[in-house]
Amino acid sequence: MNGPILDLVGVWTVILGAGVFFYVLLDGFDLGVGMLYGLNPDSTSRGIIMNSIAPIWDGNETWLILGGLALLAAFPLAFAIIIPALYFPVLLMLLALIFRGVAFEFRFKDKEHRGFWDNAFAYGSAVATFAQGTVLGAFIQGFQVEGRHFTGGSMDWLTPFSVMTGVALMAGYTLLGAGWLILKTEGELQAWARVQGRRALVLVLAGIAIVSLWTPYALPDIAQRWFSWPNIAFLAPVPLAALVLAGATWRSLGRDHDAWPFVYGIGLFVTAYLGLAISLWPNIVPHKYSLWDAASSESTQAFLLVGTLFLLPIILLYSGWSYWVFRGKVKADAGYH
Amino acid sequence: MTSNSLLDPLILSRMQFVWVVAWHILLPAFTVGIASYIAMLEGLHAWTGRPVYLAISKFWIRLFAVTFGMGVVSGIVMPFQFGTNWSRFSDAVSNVVGPLFAYEGLTAFFLEAAFLGVLLFGRKLVPPWAHFVAATMVALGTLLSTFWILAVNSWMQTPQGYTIIDGRFFPASWVDIVFSPSFPYRLAHVVSGFYVTTAFVVLAVGAYTLRKGRFVEEARVMMRMALGFLTLFVPLQIVLGDMHGLNTLEHQPAKLAAMEGLWEGGTGVPASLFGFPDQKAETNHLEIAVPKLGSLYLTHHWDGAVKGLKDFPADERPPVLVVYWAFRVMVGVGLLMLAIVAVGWLLRWGGRLYTTGWYLRGLQWAGPLGFIAVLAGWTTTEVGRQPWTVYGLMRTADSVTPSLTGVDVLVSLLMYLAVYLLIYPTGIFFLRRIVRNGPLDHDAENDTPVESGRPAQPVAALPLTHATTSAGQGDAR
Repeated sequence: MNGPILDLVGVWTVILGAGVFFYVLLDGFDLGVGMLYGLNPDSTSRGIIMNSIAPIWDGNETWLILGGLALLAAFPLAFAIIIPALYFPVLLMLLALIFRGVAFEFRFKDKEHRGFWDNAFAYGSAVATFAQGTVLGAFIQGFQVEGRHFTGGSMDWLTPFSVMTGVALMAGYTLLGAGWLILKTEGELQAWARVQGRRALVLVLAGIAIVSLWTPYALPDIAQRWFSWPNIAFLAPVPLAALVLAGATWRSLGRDHDAWPFVYGIGLFVTAYLGLAISLWPNIVPHKYSLWDAASSESTQAFLLVGTLFLLPIILLYSGWSYWVFRGKVKADAGYH
Repeated sequence: MTSNSLLDPLILSRMQFVWVVAWHILLPAFTVGIASYIAMLEGLHAWTGRPVYLAISKFWIRLFAVTFGMGVVSGIVMPFQFGTNWSRFSDAVSNVVGPLFAYEGLTAFFLEAAFLGVLLFGRKLVPPWAHFVAATMVALGTLLSTFWILAVNSWMQTPQGYTIIDGRFFPASWVDIVFSPSFPYRLAHVVSGFYVTTAFVVLAVGAYTLRKGRFVEEARVMMRMALGFLTLFVPLQIVLGDMHGLNTLEHQPAKLAAMEGLWEGGTGVPASLFGFPDQKAETNHLEIAVPKLGSLYLTHHWDGAVKGLKDFPADERPPVLVVYWAFRVMVGVGLLMLAIVAVGWLLRWGGRLYTTGWYLRGLQWAGPLGFIAVLAGWTTTEVGRQPWTVYGLMRTADSVTPSLTGVDVLVSLLMYLAVYLLIYPTGIFFLRRIVRNGPLDHDAENDTPVESGRPAQPVAALPLTHATTSAGQGDAR
């Protein structure tokens, strides 16, 4: 059903891929900030940590809805198979996001139970991240499918591999969160964030290494993709770039740079994301249906594309503006004004 | 049989959907209206320069912040329900309604989220006009969201503009899909209903604040604005409801027959005022009905023809008792609202609106009326759509995710129950506390829009001083 003039499926692949990646980066760093909040016992620091994301978090989370809805609209077959297969991790993620989201308001309003809402914020962030990580792991391993339906069990997603990717993503988001805090804070809190960033980085690299070794070992088609000639020559820059970026992130965390740890952290995520995309291409229901198999009708994709091409730049523009309004360091006593 | 139906993934999925939507819909019912109200207050403040508008705006922004946050997180749950529990529905209809959902995200959610931050935290960071623009954009976002989600809902109610290939729906005309026959009526009826809901909350909060004898000027302005608004919108809402009903008669006759409790169709049908429809016996118990009146208001002729439930196969009828009573609750609340507005005007002409204690107390109790009407109206239209997800074309029973077991859904349902029962009462508790504190902040220079973003806030010392200021400023007594 792919059109001859303009390959809509290709365009939608790019949009969906970019949308999901934006979500991972944006909500990634604020979920990471949420986990760091749990690791920092100091009340003043916690105020600053939460303030650093209070005005922007729900814009970030909106990319999750967009990712879900774009999948529904552009690749409905994938939506109808993948989401049921991930019934419980999706449930966990949603409930955790609820706790974390309301904690922004409730923490300040409910002084009697501040400890409870502090935990809701920290554990909500952690559980949501872990659930997303298991989604990633389960996705890589693939789902049991017959025809247009998922036919496996509701606990198929829970494997040692998916638990590992869950933990690895927790470390990854914490790294991004630390990068954000280094950018937005000063003094002791910033120094603390640097230490946390390095700890997270070690775990992230371990996670990336395990995924990079385990997937080609367990899934021969992925090994074939990476290690056959001439693929290996074309694809080698991705892992090499990851190595270079890992080193740069480590160094910048230890130095007097405010912005580079965040930037390098993002770079590391780009390489990991590219690596996964290369492994799974061109399938959207891994090992089963390609992007073209799962795509919605040409009319559907075209109708949505017209508005999307117009709206997406505008969204990026005013989202960027709202970040610009809240630029600069966050301070404890002053709050926002 | 009993244990079987207790663990039926279809029934449990429906219960879960009802649970998460019913709670969620309460928030847009309030935030759509209050976002417009805040934008209006900000505009009035910019235009007139009167500080009272700013004080009221800041007060409602505090309430808005709590409800909007809850709306966002309970709203994220919604699109995933279609995947987790209704995957066959998603697979069948996504080619048609998928872009409508996506357009809701693209036009509304980002707009709301990006400008909300500026609205809540940015008053001192951006020029006043930009803050007003932010308020307007948030309000626009809530309305666009309503537009798209009701376009989807309306298409499910009155589908058109599609072709069916292998049991799946494909688009034939996008104009027909977005503007399906029930859409204009539903959109007008819902937006107007949300506005009325908000105005009754404003009226109730104004009455409460006035009774406490604090912030007298703010309270009077709130009451005056709300009452004026309701004078226009309550009658309008009743007219819109009637038009929506006639549209239902034309396009979803089985639903309308259930709303009317009308089993025997024909000409000159009666209007059932009270009764208990019995699905199995195909009759109404303890019924009070007025002959021919049904035909009159449905067709505007004494002898107009209306289809009855028996004109449809038994397995194509909605649960009549629920639809019948939900409709009556909605209409009853509407008439009660009309009476409250009328009494308000009588008192106002007598110059006693702000001093009649029983009326002010009554208004406080009337605060949640809109929410009851919204839930009742939603029940009427959604239960009335049964047994279909896409009216007349796709059954609810054929829409559920095939891989789910009863235990899966029971577990998720229990978790949603537990979490919502914790989150919602807590939120309502905080909203009450904010209302009790009242519009504390008079001083435009002393900006405290919301508590988030402020680690510590000495609220305890404020009310007394500001109450004095308020009484001094107001033209009270």
